[in-house]
Amino acid sequence: MKGLLNFMKRIEPDKEKRPVLHTFYDAVFTFFFVPAHVTSGKGVHIRDGMDLKRLMVHVVLALQLCYLFGTYNIGHQHFLAIGEHTGFLEGIHLKLAFGLIQILPIFIVTHIVGLGIEIIYAAKRGHGVEEGFLVTGALIPLIMPPDIPLWILAVAVAFAVVFGKEAFGGTGMNVLNIALLARAFVFFAYPTTISGDEVWVAGLSDTDAGSAVAYGWAHLNLFNPLFESLGWSTFDASATVVDGFTGATPLALAAKGGWDAVTEVYSPAAMWWGTIPGSVGETMKPFIIVGALFLAFTKVASWRVMVGMTLGTIFTGLLLNAWGATPFMEVPWYYQLYMGGFWFAMAFMATDPVTAASTNVGKWIYGFFIGFFGMVIRVLNPAYPEGWMLAILFMNVWASLIDYVVLQRNINRRMARTAANA
Amino acid sequence: MKNGKLRSVLSLLLLVCGPSLFAQAGSADNNSFVTILVAVVVLLAFFALIQVSDNLLKLEARQLGVADKIGEVSILPGLSDLFRPRVPAYAKNHTLLEIKRGADLPVAGEARKEVRDAQVTRFAVQPPNWRGLAPIPRLLVQVGDAVKAGDPLFEDKKRPEMKFVSPVSGEVIAINRGAKRAITEVVILADKDQQYREVTAPDLGKAAREELVEFLLETGGWMLLRERPYDRIPDWNDTPKSIFVSTFDTAPLAPDSNLVVEGKGEAFQKGLEVLNRLSGGKVYLGLDARGEEPPSAVFTEAQGVEKFWVRGPHPAGNVGVHIHHIDPIGPGDKVWTMGVQEVITLGSLWTEGRFKAERVIALTGSKLNDPHYVRTLAGANIGELLKDNYNPEEDLRFISGDVLSGEAKKPENFLNFYDDQVTVIAEGRYYELFGWLLPLKPRISLSRTFPNFLFKNVKYDVDTNTHGEKRAFVVTGQYEEVLPMDIYPQHLMKAILTNDYERMEGLGIYELIEEDIALAEFACTSKQPLQQILRRGLDMMWEQG
Repeated sequence: MKGLLNFMKRIEPDKEKRPVLHTFYDAVFTFFFVPAHVTSGKGVHIRDGMDLKRLMVHVVLALQLCYLFGTYNIGHQHFLAIGEHTGFLEGIHLKLAFGLIQILPIFIVTHIVGLGIEIIYAAKRGHGVEEGFLVTGALIPLIMPPDIPLWILAVAVAFAVVFGKEAFGGTGMNVLNIALLARAFVFFAYPTTISGDEVWVAGLSDTDAGSAVAYGWAHLNLFNPLFESLGWSTFDASATVVDGFTGATPLALAAKGGWDAVTEVYSPAAMWWGTIPGSVGETMKPFIIVGALFLAFTKVASWRVMVGMTLGTIFTGLLLNAWGATPFMEVPWYYQLYMGGFWFAMAFMATDPVTAASTNVGKWIYGFFIGFFGMVIRVLNPAYPEGWMLAILFMNVWASLIDYVVLQRNINRRMARTAANA
Repeated sequence: MKNGKLRSVLSLLLLVCGPSLFAQAGSADNNSFVTILVAVVVLLAFFALIQVSDNLLKLEARQLGVADKIGEVSILPGLSDLFRPRVPAYAKNHTLLEIKRGADLPVAGEARKEVRDAQVTRFAVQPPNWRGLAPIPRLLVQVGDAVKAGDPLFEDKKRPEMKFVSPVSGEVIAINRGAKRAITEVVILADKDQQYREVTAPDLGKAAREELVEFLLETGGWMLLRERPYDRIPDWNDTPKSIFVSTFDTAPLAPDSNLVVEGKGEAFQKGLEVLNRLSGGKVYLGLDARGEEPPSAVFTEAQGVEKFWVRGPHPAGNVGVHIHHIDPIGPGDKVWTMGVQEVITLGSLWTEGRFKAERVIALTGSKLNDPHYVRTLAGANIGELLKDNYNPEEDLRFISGDVLSGEAKKPENFLNFYDDQVTVIAEGRYYELFGWLLPLKPRISLSRTFPNFLFKNVKYDVDTNTHGEKRAFVVTGQYEEVLPMDIYPQHLMKAILTNDYERMEGLGIYELIEEDIALAEFACTSKQPLQQILRRGLDMMWEQG
């Protein structure tokens, strides 16, 4: 440990001459070592063991189960489409390898682009790299379709970080959720890559029956020889999409024909356990709930937002059931929770402390209205198959107004007290 | 009002649920679900019915004047009654403040309950201890002069009536100056036998308030008073709307006031009577209701004051919390406060005709060989207090006061006038490999990401390491959890940082001083210097008038 410390201190680049390199060095150094800072002597003399790095890494930890399942499910969906290894636990090595080939480039591109911009801006501002992107970078791959073109991803991340965060002053100052902003950018700029029935299953040249699979160098020249040498099954470049395959997500089906249309393709159990096509991280509900409980228990994320949003969703679901004008509205409210990204949005997106309402009362209101608007967009708006992204971004904008009202009530209470005493 | 809202929401929910209930009643696989839903609705309706009748009962009782407090006549015990720990018998049927939010920090190094006499030869009166004093007060003594305890040492330049007296008799050996020649310490070498300046106090029953004030200004009684907002020494032209005395300190390792007050009941009672004459309203005494046993009878049987009990975690003992809940400070209000030992000193002017600034000090902290209590005088030299009690080789932090809001000192410095505690902990100048992720050494944290909450009785060796770097405000709701006041601390801090005077006032800056938000600063994930920010805001408000 001493040796590592001395080594790292020796390679410290010059701060004046190479500010960007020094900022990068500082980020790496503080990743390894908590610096030897002591309290100033004015104010508290001891500090809590909690810091922002620890806070952020706990969100990343809570996401790990989603990563695990998401990666596997990319492969699983692909093999379902071509009718090979259709049992969930069949062809594990192929599914994992396929998932990794899809997710790793997404993860790496996200971090290189996002962290690169962060480091440049941090060097410009002359302070350390703040840890906000640790979480953003972990979230973005999970909310993208598995087949997202990498250059589009890079543009989206760059846009979100520069215009969503750095333009407002960096971590802690942003108005909109960065991860969702990146997704919204793709959604509006390149809608065909993130909506419709064709994008949720990776590795197919097309979704019609008989279309060929699209394998790359890594599948055929890296993993195939490896698996062959081990005597395992390999990627089959001549496989084609089976008859009756639809890449549609449950929500797309529900929008067309209500709950019946959904259950023709997917069973409620499959939806709950996540063996369906969708964005990478959002399909497996129990793992997300585990993550949510972990965050709520450690108080890393606000349980008020989570509960408020769940209540808002259930309330709106009941309201729509009572109205029941279209088949989609008649989908029972509890089955609404089986489809789409509700759980993921509730656990990891709405609870971002910077963009959510900052007062405790405000968090209830903020959460409730995300639930409300998310359901309204999902069910009533024919143009958007899912509502959480837009609902959260919308409420991000309103969060400060909610806080304003809550604070104004506090101010008025105090004024009324003063007036009563006078 | 609140129940009415609840009921309307419930009935709305029922209305909404109704149609979907019937729509699904036919399908077989949803039967159990429907049954549960109906059961829930029936239960809710039953509950609502009971609630309504209960409320009617309470209203009736209040109209008849049977019970002062709602809850005494209710059929149902309130939820909070069921879950909160039982109030100790001695505090029942009195005003009781239940403080829920806050935290007692498990710091190691508590002082043994044994009071010894300290062998201290040097004492100092430090003008910076009184906020609101011109930085260069007019000295009334020179180096080499002999003074008695109670003799004035200096006076405020702008208000020469305000005298600051020596707590000790001896020879003035140094007048130390800091930046811009401001006087920081007037150091006195104590005599072996203490001489006192004898004073004749006016008759409390008959003397006019002006006469009383004049006497206090002249004899040093005035320098014991503190004024909120701003935490300043009060102006004698003002009359406070009330005066608060907190008889217990909940800060980490804070001294036990019951020990302090032993055998000084008469002076304490007299001091309260003096405060009663000074106050425009009442004098409030905050009593400790945390323990099984009641606190010292000196406190519980104090006369002529409004007593209330407080229980809960730190900062339950902070006088600021008491003021907030009992008689809050608004714009233009002034509330005075005084510590227990200062009240005793004030009383001694009457009971003994002398200014007796005796102090019982807790020597605390994990880096002391033997943490215990000592008896000395105000402004004692820290090095002499701690003699042979710490290892001078080690890199240590000496604090006058507690670890949350005390001031860092050196052994050659002196204890601050209002402080009754010295804390010595290690400096934390070390690098820690992956300290943010997998710390090897246990540390105090209020965060549940550490398993600390499982081990409630562990005391921690603390040091001054910040355990992370300063960051922008990210986490929300964290400060509120440790500040038991109806205040939004983070928004107040942001109002201060943006120089928004109106908002600072609206969000309650007058109700806070540094010690009140110290715990929030400790807990802050972003390592923000909240106490410094707050002081900046208070200074700005003061300059605005």
